[in-house]
Parts: sequence; structure tokens; C-alpha cells
Amino acid sequence: MTTAATRTAGSEPAIRSAVWSALGTVLDPELDEPLTDLGFVSRCEVTPTGEALVRLRLPTYFCAPNFAFLMVADAYDAVSAVPGVHHTVVELDDHFAADAINRGVAARAGFVGTFADEAADELDSLRADFLRKAVLAGTDRVCRTMIAAGTDPGGLAGLTLGDAPDGPDRERLRGRRRELGLPDGDRDPLVLDPDTGTGVDEGGLRRHLGLARLTRVSQEANSGVCRGMLRARYPGATQSGQPDQSD
Amino acid sequence: MYSKDGENYFVVDAHTHFWDASPANWVPGQEQYAKGWIECFHAYQGLGPAETHWPIEKFQKYDEETMMRDLFEVGHVDLAIFQPTNLRQWYTNGFNTTEADGALSERHPGKFVVNTTFDPREGDEGLRALEERVSRWGSRGVKLYTAEWFGDSRGWSLKSPEAARYLEKCQELGVKNIHVHKGPTIWPLDKDAFDVADIDYAATNFPDLNFIVEHVGLPRIEDFCFMATQEPNVYAGLAVVIGGLMHARPRFFAKVMGELMFWLGEDKLLFGADYAIWEPKWQVEGFVDWQMPDDAEMADYAPLTVAQKKKILGLNAARLYDIKVPGELESEKEQTTEAVGVPSP
Repeated sequence: MTTAATRTAGSEPAIRSAVWSALGTVLDPELDEPLTDLGFVSRCEVTPTGEALVRLRLPTYFCAPNFAFLMVADAYDAVSAVPGVHHTVVELDDHFAADAINRGVAARAGFVGTFADEAADELDSLRADFLRKAVLAGTDRVCRTMIAAGTDPGGLAGLTLGDAPDGPDRERLRGRRRELGLPDGDRDPLVLDPDTGTGVDEGGLRRHLGLARLTRVSQEANSGVCRGMLRARYPGATQSGQPDQSD
Repeated sequence: MYSKDGENYFVVDAHTHFWDASPANWVPGQEQYAKGWIECFHAYQGLGPAETHWPIEKFQKYDEETMMRDLFEVGHVDLAIFQPTNLRQWYTNGFNTTEADGALSERHPGKFVVNTTFDPREGDEGLRALEERVSRWGSRGVKLYTAEWFGDSRGWSLKSPEAARYLEKCQELGVKNIHVHKGPTIWPLDKDAFDVADIDYAATNFPDLNFIVEHVGLPRIEDFCFMATQEPNVYAGLAVVIGGLMHARPRFFAKVMGELMFWLGEDKLLFGADYAIWEPKWQVEGFVDWQMPDDAEMADYAPLTVAQKKKILGLNAARLYDIKVPGELESEKEQTTEAVGVPSP
């Protein structure tokens, strides 16, 4: 007889590692960074019966409930999809709306179902807004590196995504564009308007790159505040993932 | 005045508080929010230098003597502007009210400017009460929280006709400085509570009022900066920027300052220590000593001059509030310049 228990017994470490990797694909939508890098995952365990137990924590008791909900729901989806996981529990700790969010996500109730009269809409448009910001910030990352390596800034308007150096920054930008349904091929414009998907011409380039830089600075400053608050709130906490190299 | 290297800085701390978040002031049944609120503030203090951190008991409630010393005796502040935060749902006597601020101010003439607040959902009665507070305390500014709940409402917008009535009243009363909190997460709030679009709308409709966006719109600095390039009467309150980033994240602090100077320029930035979250002393001293790092990553940003720092630390607020500054600085107060940012076409 093959039961959940016999299938997974002894394989928990491998499954746990896969669950951790899955959590690494879940982003804070505003900061555009994985929960695992931000130190938001405080517990990640897999039981012999294939139950994944994940606990999340945030920098403040009053972090925006919409973003909190997205992260808990995304974590639930990512962990549930890991082979060998038969049951998933994702719980948010130390947050004013934790009970409502944890119940809502477990019941697959959606944001409106969870917050009833307090929410007017699901969070799709919120997510899309922040993906557009991620595209802008990602454009700065890619273009800044190219300019530092000698590319003429004025010439960026004529370049394609394939002209950018191969690497994680370019692929991250490509991924965000794909998620938004924007052109993401090597022959598509390197610099495009995330609202319309059309390439930015030379006349609009300076302003667009200024906005891209500003968006990245804002995103990284927010990340800095959030990381600092998390450390102040959980002094003993060690952040997993990559060390913070920004300062 | 703070003096350093032969230069004098008239310091206006444009964002200060005198609060009572002690357990005795918690509304029964609301203790978790009252406690959560002050602990959240306390965590922000953790972003400042370790030697300036307070134990939670002191942070919950500090006395008048402590505040006067921290600001005026050791903190280099010449004049401070109170920004009230009522929160009467959680705190029996309010968290930091116009009345508490005003009473303290009356005991120390010439040290404070007492701003008040309004909530357009309080209707005609609120409008009358606003007028009375302005008359009683001589307020020339208001501090607004658009994300605050009221009954079944999850917040309010500066675009609403009710808000317009209050802004008209402000204009009529000579209350010309509208400080709007769009900053670090505060509950209760609506999902659009950080959106700065309503400030854009109000700033266009009320060109004679000044809109000071506290905490520079964090966490939406980009939306704020972009909006500010289009609205000449929009300003940035630096509370949280200096206190929260200068020590804890110096590289980001430099970038944020670089962006603010680029998009808004030296005349639109107002220093605020956000006491008692952060003491002014280390912020004033640190900002005067601070300079844009001279490296490739910061190449887009210009260094800050002494004249620009003087404006940010006090002369800009003095201009907005008609505050008299020492004679030698009076002429610098009135000199304004254009930002180098890229306005929309």
C-alpha cells in the first residue's frame, strides 16, 4: 500500500529543500525580492507525512495587509506545488491582520472573501502596478551596467533586449516583462514603456531613464527600511539567503 | 543656532511630537493596537545610532523636561513644529493632540509652532472645531492622515468634495501649510492609502496652499517625486529619510537625497527629526557633516553645498511659516532656485 506517509518517509530533507527553493520564487511585490532573501521566512519544515509548515514574519505589526496577503497566498501556492508535499500550512505571525489572512489563505477565499466589506477588489491590479515598477527598476539595473561598460546612453533607444549582456539582471527584467504580457524577446526593444509596451524613442529616453533610476532607488530604499525594521523587531533573527551587500 | 566650521544654521524641526502612549492611556479593548502602534514606532528608533535608543517605557511617555532638553538644549533646534496625531480610538486622551502640544507650547513661548489636524468626515461640526482650534492655538498648518478609519470608512481622499470644503476653510483662515502623511505603514488603512494622486489633485486645485508630503511619500518616493515635478506647491518632509536612513543605510540615504535634489530641488525639502522616534541632535550634526559620496554609483548626483543644507535644515520651513530668522540668514531664506529634474512634457 502506498500512502502519503510511506511515500515521503525519509525524504523530508530533500522535500524541505525543494520547499525552501519554492519559497525563493515568492517575491515581496513592493520590494521585488524573494521572501527568503528578506528574512521573512521564520520557519520551514516538512513532516514525515508530507505536511509543509511555513511561518512568515514581516518588518512591522502594521505592514499593509494587501501585500501581506499576497505573500502568504503566493507562498501557499508555491509550496503546495512542490512534489511530495501533501498538505500545506502557511501562517503569518505577529501581524494585526494575521488571523484573517491565515484563515483566508487556508480557505482559498481570495482577498475580497477574506476582508469582506473592507476590500473592494482582488489584488491583481495592485500586483500589476508593482510589476511595472519592477520593470522600470530592472531597466535601470541593466542599462546602468551597459553605460558603465561604455554603451552610449543616447544609443540605448535603438537597442534590443538581446543586445544587453546575458546575465541575471537581464533575465530578471525579461521575466517581469513576460509576467506583464510585455514583449520579452531578444529582438524586442531594450527600453520600453511598461504601460504600453512600445519602445521609448531617443527624445523620451533621458526622462525615462531618470524615472527608472528613481524607481530603483525607491525600491531599494524601501527594502533598506524593511530590512532594518525586521532586524530591530527580531534582533536574534539571522537572514537567510544572500548577505545584504548594499551598505 | 547650530554653528559648525564658521557657518550658522537656523534649525527648524518641522516634525515633532509630544505623545502619551503609556498603558494608562490605552483604550480598554483596544490595547493590542495601542501597544502595536507604539512598538512599531519604537522599532523605527532602532534605525538610529545605538546610543540614542530608549527603553520602551521611556519611549511610551516622556516628560516635558526631557523633550525641551533633547530639542533645544542639546538638539540644536531653534524652533519646532508640532504635528499632531490624535488616534483617539486607541488612546483615551489621544496619542499626540493639538491640545497637549498647545499647552506645552504656551509654557515655552517662541519655541514651537502648533499645527492642528482635521478629518473631513466630521462634517460641519468638524469644520467649526477646526476654526476654534486654529483660533485658540494660532495654527498655520495642519497634519492629515488620509489612511485613518472613521466608523465604517477605511480612509478618505483629498479629492473628495468634503476635503475641498476643509481646504477652503484652511485657505480662509490663513492655514496655508498642509502636511500629509503618506508614509510608513499605519493601520487602519485602505489598500490605496499610500497613493499620492490625491495630493496631486488638491495641489492643483489649491495653488495658494503648500502641500508638504511627510516622509517623502515613502514607500512611494518615485510617484511622489514625479508628481512634485508638476506641482510647484508640493514639498518634501524629510522625517524618516534622515532619521531612518542616514545612519542605518548611508548609501540609500545618499541616493534618496540625490533624487530629491534632482527632482524637487533645494527649496522644497524640510528637515524634521520626528521626535521622539529620533532625537534631533545626531540628525542635525550628521546632516551638516554629511556629503554625497564621491564615487561612480553617485555620479548622477551633485554634492550638497552649505547654503543648500541651511535651507533644508531651517530656512525653507521658515519661508513657509513666515518665521523670522537671524538677520544674516534672512536674505538666503528668500533666494529660490529651479530643480534640475526632468518635468513631464
